[in-house]
Amino acid sequence: MTKAITPHELDAVPEVTRLATGERGGVPGVKSEADRPADPHELRDDQVDGPELTARLARTWGTEKGLIGVLSTVDHKVIGRRYIITAIIFLFLGGLSAVVMRLQLAQPENSLVGPDLYNQLFTMHGTTMMFLFGVPIGEAFAVYLVPLMVGTRNIAFPRLNAFSYYVYLFGGFMIWVAFMLNIGPDVGWFAYVPLSGPEFSPGKRADVWAQMITFTEVSGIAVAISIVVTVFKLRAPGMTLDRIPLFVWAELINSFVIIFALPAVVTASAFLLMDRLVGTHIFNPAEGGDALLYQHLFWFFGHPEVYIIFLPATGWVSAIVVTFARRQAFGYIALVLSLIATGFLSFGLWVHHMFTTGLPQLGASFFTASSMLIAIPNGIQIFCWIATLWDGRPVFRTPLLFVIGFFFIFVAGGLSGIMLASVPLDSQVHDTFFVVAHFHYVLIGGNVFPLIGAIYYWFPKFTGRMMSERLGKWHFGLAFISFNVAFFPMHITGLMGMPRRVYTYLPEMGWANLNLISTIGALVFFGSFVLFLYNILSSARRGPLAGPNPWNAGTLEWASASPPMPQNFDRIPVVTNREPLWAHREALPVVAGLSVENREQIVSTVTAGRADLRETTPEPSIWPFLAAVATTILFIGSMFTPWAFVWGTPPLALALIGWFWPKPSTEDER
Amino acid sequence: MTDASGQSRGQAELPPHRIVLNARSMPAYAYGHRSPIWWGTIGFAAAEGMGFVLAIGAYFYLVFINGNWPLSAPPPDLFWSSLFTIVMFASAWPNALAKRNSEREDLGRSRRDLAIMSLVGIVLLGIRIMEFNGLHVRWDQNAYGSILWILLGLHTLHLLTDLGDTVVLTILLFTRHGHGKRFSDVGDNAFYWYFVIASWMPIYLIIYWFPRWW
Repeated sequence: MTKAITPHELDAVPEVTRLATGERGGVPGVKSEADRPADPHELRDDQVDGPELTARLARTWGTEKGLIGVLSTVDHKVIGRRYIITAIIFLFLGGLSAVVMRLQLAQPENSLVGPDLYNQLFTMHGTTMMFLFGVPIGEAFAVYLVPLMVGTRNIAFPRLNAFSYYVYLFGGFMIWVAFMLNIGPDVGWFAYVPLSGPEFSPGKRADVWAQMITFTEVSGIAVAISIVVTVFKLRAPGMTLDRIPLFVWAELINSFVIIFALPAVVTASAFLLMDRLVGTHIFNPAEGGDALLYQHLFWFFGHPEVYIIFLPATGWVSAIVVTFARRQAFGYIALVLSLIATGFLSFGLWVHHMFTTGLPQLGASFFTASSMLIAIPNGIQIFCWIATLWDGRPVFRTPLLFVIGFFFIFVAGGLSGIMLASVPLDSQVHDTFFVVAHFHYVLIGGNVFPLIGAIYYWFPKFTGRMMSERLGKWHFGLAFISFNVAFFPMHITGLMGMPRRVYTYLPEMGWANLNLISTIGALVFFGSFVLFLYNILSSARRGPLAGPNPWNAGTLEWASASPPMPQNFDRIPVVTNREPLWAHREALPVVAGLSVENREQIVSTVTAGRADLRETTPEPSIWPFLAAVATTILFIGSMFTPWAFVWGTPPLALALIGWFWPKPSTEDER
Repeated sequence: MTDASGQSRGQAELPPHRIVLNARSMPAYAYGHRSPIWWGTIGFAAAEGMGFVLAIGAYFYLVFINGNWPLSAPPPDLFWSSLFTIVMFASAWPNALAKRNSEREDLGRSRRDLAIMSLVGIVLLGIRIMEFNGLHVRWDQNAYGSILWILLGLHTLHLLTDLGDTVVLTILLFTRHGHGKRFSDVGDNAFYWYFVIASWMPIYLIIYWFPRWW
């Protein structure tokens, strides 16, 4: 069973022609500047070694001190760390809004919050969890880890990546400030028309929601494109398609789903804004529009959204399962194909959110069938992970415990999902707490449990220190039990007929005890996150030092220091195996010849991963931050006057020109 | 599997290197699909193309809901829009020249081609303004007017961004930065222009001809 851990003949480094293309840069017959020999005065990494190489590269790739330096950074690890922390702060804010709702529902006719604040609370909870936590957290991990795992030094388009982070941050900040000022959206996380339209939602609340969508989706699409190009073009030489780590595959498929799904919600929210602000009639039935069109557009995004939240989690699970099972993944090809199948099928399910809108029966049957179909690739993944653990020698550390928790909770959520896929049952329990129970099992089980496992797993890489294993086990026990205490009773309250999104209920309904149990569970569940936060903060300061590879894992991020140096790797690795560090324990095969003084990285071919170019990657720049500020002014201004597009565009254009204008210091200008 | 080892983050614990490949003689940039920017452009074209597809989907959804189309307005004028279409297709030729001459790293010709492309963009923008005048419906009149203005506006947005990009690149070529990797950027800019042309074709047919056939 340890066949993959010991070096194998197949892991021998192949001949150079299989690792590099050896092609010229210019087109045939042209004497191109691309093929000029490298400057002989420029220091390259085949001339220095050891600590001197490390120190010099760190200077070249480092982030400057001071406010300007901090805001100019293009290091994917710095941006990725900010992304992860920001998304987790939003997770806590979303959790807090849930706690307030649970306290309100703890007993009948409670008066802790009124109906208006309750409407804002459930809207903020859903919006925050889906748009400010769910989508960004998967991308945030990709921003930090994908470049490390494919063996490169920075993400493709690092300035675009920095810009995206600030746009996301400002968008999330805007909606929470609006909530604090009592103009928080109150129309549900999907803001259906006609409720959210100009007639029934005067004021700015729905505009704030719709414009937050613009912020987060612009940012989400841009990051997704950066990740796709990083995986396609910046892989270490020798990393063929079938040697890409499963986590990277998951993030790649996820990015594709983002690129094709997010435009739908941008379209929906842009139409909504135009209906509200400039008097278009897309959703106005009185003038030939249609309200259901909004639901189609929204759910064409909204269902893939569920998988945008789930796919990165499958990547975390695969990474954790392989490392702690001490063997390569069982069914690698099946796992990758399942990811791809899930990505495709996720676009064919959206109508099952609309079963009660009076669709033709044939349509409903089709979407029932496709909803059941997607259980197949997900089932295959679960079986592959179980087989990997079964055949391995699992070591039950905290990350693996959370993965086990994920198996139980996610499968339970999947079972109620199959129930909901059938139209008659869905029509009965639509808009009840049964649905609330179902999607919290799927989303918390499918995303949050793997996420916590992923944080325990990669925390040593992020910070250089281990998290407390003892607290981690307590955390798991507390979280697993309290989650079920909070959410399992909701299945029953839902079957008893309790609708979602009501701020209170009458004692005669008989829902009081179950609601009290859910509230107690929710409070303890939130408490488990406080314990988690304590573990993170205390371990970051006092945790035992981790070293580069504390779990003895096989993928390339563990071949960098903990935390990684700005250059990630002193030399770019050469890959011969899916788990490169298990294949090469004595010495890591590497590429040499890259500049030590300029930011150079290897560009490789899409399928075979053969090294092709040594291209420079952008230096730090303040312009992406300024462009994000200009974008924010334009977006917020446009909620008040369409003229914002006129006076808001020149500053943005100026910032973009500053961003793209070559600096005299960059290498290709010498 | 060891617990914390008590050692610092020093590189000393990392496995030693064995150099198996040298990148010294690899080229510093290349053209087309060998360049990461090309893939980035494809990515944005895919996301924006999806936006077009959804907006077109919404158009036909509204046609289906309403039955009669266009709603209480005559179909939009053909003159300016057809002129726009002709100029748009004709621009593929200088665009192809720009791509070819940039790949040959011929600075003089690349400057000329990009100047032509900037001019073409400005002319197209002028025609587009005339086009908006011949729609015979306002965006706030009914759902037909709304989706019509949205489709045309969406394409105009692409026209504007590519024009801005082309103008900046043209100026760049007239400065001391006009060499090396900038030639590869010209090719990617030309590639995006093809996307603007390709996305116009269905929109032209849908906006101007479909209401006459329906």
